[in-house]
Amino acid sequence: MGHALVNVPASVKRGDAFEIKALIAHPMETGFRPGPNGVLLPRNIIQRFTCTYNGVEVFSLTLSPAIAANPYIAFFTVATESGSLTLRWTGDKDFMAEETVPITVTA
Amino acid sequence: MTSRRAFLRSAGIAAGALLAPRIVGAQDRARVVVVGGGFAGATCARELRRLNPALSVTLVETNPDFIACPFSNEVIAGLRDLSQQRFGYDAVTRDGVALARGTATSIDPAGRTVTLADGTRLPFDRLVLAPGIDINWEALPGYSPEAAERMPHAWKAGAQTALLRRQLEAMDDGGVVVMSAPPNPFRCPPGPYERASLIAYYLKTRKPKSKLILLDAKDAFSKQRLFQNAWAALYPGLIEWVGLSAGGKVTAVEPASLTFVTDFARHGAAVANVIAPQKAARIAAIAGVADRSGWCPVNPATFESTLQPGIHVIGDAAIMGAMPKSAFAANAQAKVCATAVIARLAGHDAPEPRLINTCYSLVAPDYGISVAGVYRPTNGQLADIAGAGGTSPLDADAAFRAQEAVLAAGWFRTITAEVFG
Ligand SMILES: Cc1cc2nc3c(=O)[nH]c(=O)nc-3n(C[C@H](O)[C@H](O)[C@H](O)COP(=O)(O)OP(=O)(O)OC[C@H]3O[C@@H](n4cnc5c(N)ncnc54)[C@H](O)[C@@H]3O)c2cc1C
Repeated sequence: MGHALVNVPASVKRGDAFEIKALIAHPMETGFRPGPNGVLLPRNIIQRFTCTYNGVEVFSLTLSPAIAANPYIAFFTVATESGSLTLRWTGDKDFMAEETVPITVTA
Repeated sequence: MTSRRAFLRSAGIAAGALLAPRIVGAQDRARVVVVGGGFAGATCARELRRLNPALSVTLVETNPDFIACPFSNEVIAGLRDLSQQRFGYDAVTRDGVALARGTATSIDPAGRTVTLADGTRLPFDRLVLAPGIDINWEALPGYSPEAAERMPHAWKAGAQTALLRRQLEAMDDGGVVVMSAPPNPFRCPPGPYERASLIAYYLKTRKPKSKLILLDAKDAFSKQRLFQNAWAALYPGLIEWVGLSAGGKVTAVEPASLTFVTDFARHGAAVANVIAPQKAARIAAIAGVADRSGWCPVNPATFESTLQPGIHVIGDAAIMGAMPKSAFAANAQAKVCATAVIARLAGHDAPEPRLINTCYSLVAPDYGISVAGVYRPTNGQLADIAGAGGTSPLDADAAFRAQEAVLAAGWFRTITAEVFG
């Protein structure tokens, strides 16, 4: 399990775009770097990030080895109804982290 | 004064004539102007006169006295008086350096003139800029000179240092001190962590219910393991360090409520110390020697600007590759620069330099740690010579740490005596 930070507004007006910010601690080891003994360090990256809103995918991202450690992801989505937002990171070495945050949509 | 200077000049010419006839001539009356009388500028001005007593050297400095940053964290923690940080320019002028009190406000690289705020014009054959840093107010929303009166940076020693100390003294026991540390590069890489340590020492001894949170725009910092081990041993539970990947990057400050804003949280403070992002002091941009990063690219062997020939930049304002922005480094660069200026005036190439830096930090009054490095020009940058430096051992005993604290104080006495004494 990874450790993630998520920031979304607690409530948003229906139809308004709002920002989701997420930061996760992860080394994002490229697989191209030699270790102290000269042998390449095995690749260890997050491969995929998804965000679902009441079970429907609203945003996803495929990550590559060129992305720096501790990826910070920020994006916008539109509020339709109250519910919950689930953010999920998966990657090498069976890495997996998940955060769920509630959102209240007002008229 | 005048007769002494005249004497030095003739003595210099006589000595020069005996040793190296070719340096006598126009370049002996060459004029060098140095802007900024800090660790870099004051060292360079004096070194120029020492290397060639016939040279006309003018040092431009805004302030009547210099107030040193090293050891100012001890002042903030109530361990030392601000007056012990103050140094005058009498010894500098006794070396035959002409002191121009005032602020350089414009520089004409082609016409080779510096103009001061009062209109004085100083022509030069070579110019050395050693103006130190400015706070980069634009880089932190909500921060401004007015905000710094409520949330001091205390990253230029003087009134800001005294203000932060008064705020700590006035704080109730139980109040939370919040500090922020900027992204690289910035003045004195171990400085924020030394400050956090010494404020923690103050809290532990005077406000035991208080805590300190250090919000950091980085995940790694200078002497990190030494600092963190010492915090665990001396101040358990007192210092909370929040690195970049834990959401520590401050994106805005709100001075009215002493609040630090990050992408993920808001931190209210009883005392707020904003070690804000920095850039080369203003005159560097005016002279056209700063690039888009806000800092000044230089040739790593001569410290001549890569943007404006004939102008050298030393100390915190310059991009010095792997070499940190420290008083020790500024002093070392200043001497290399003086040699290079004199070589260039004579039409020679400067020798390739080696530079040394050592930074001491105090974690408590009797607990010092250090990092040292040796640098040389490599591929257009100053690079660290692998294996030549190092940090204090991780497993030293109390006597060793106490000895390093004594060495730190000795270093400060020695460097300030060399630069201002
Ligand atoms: C809290 C703290 C602790 C530190 N501790 C250490 C330490 O233990 N060891 C260490 O080696 N370093 C330490 N440093 C770093 C050190 O203070 C700086 O690296 C050093 O001062 C840089 O020297 P400088 O000459 O480049 O700039 P400065 O020393 O800042 O000098 C610049 C001078 O230029 C003048 N000036 C600027 N613009 C103009 C102008 N336009 N006209 C006229 N004058 C001008 C300024 O008034 C100033 O006097 C510390 C810094 C801080 C903030």
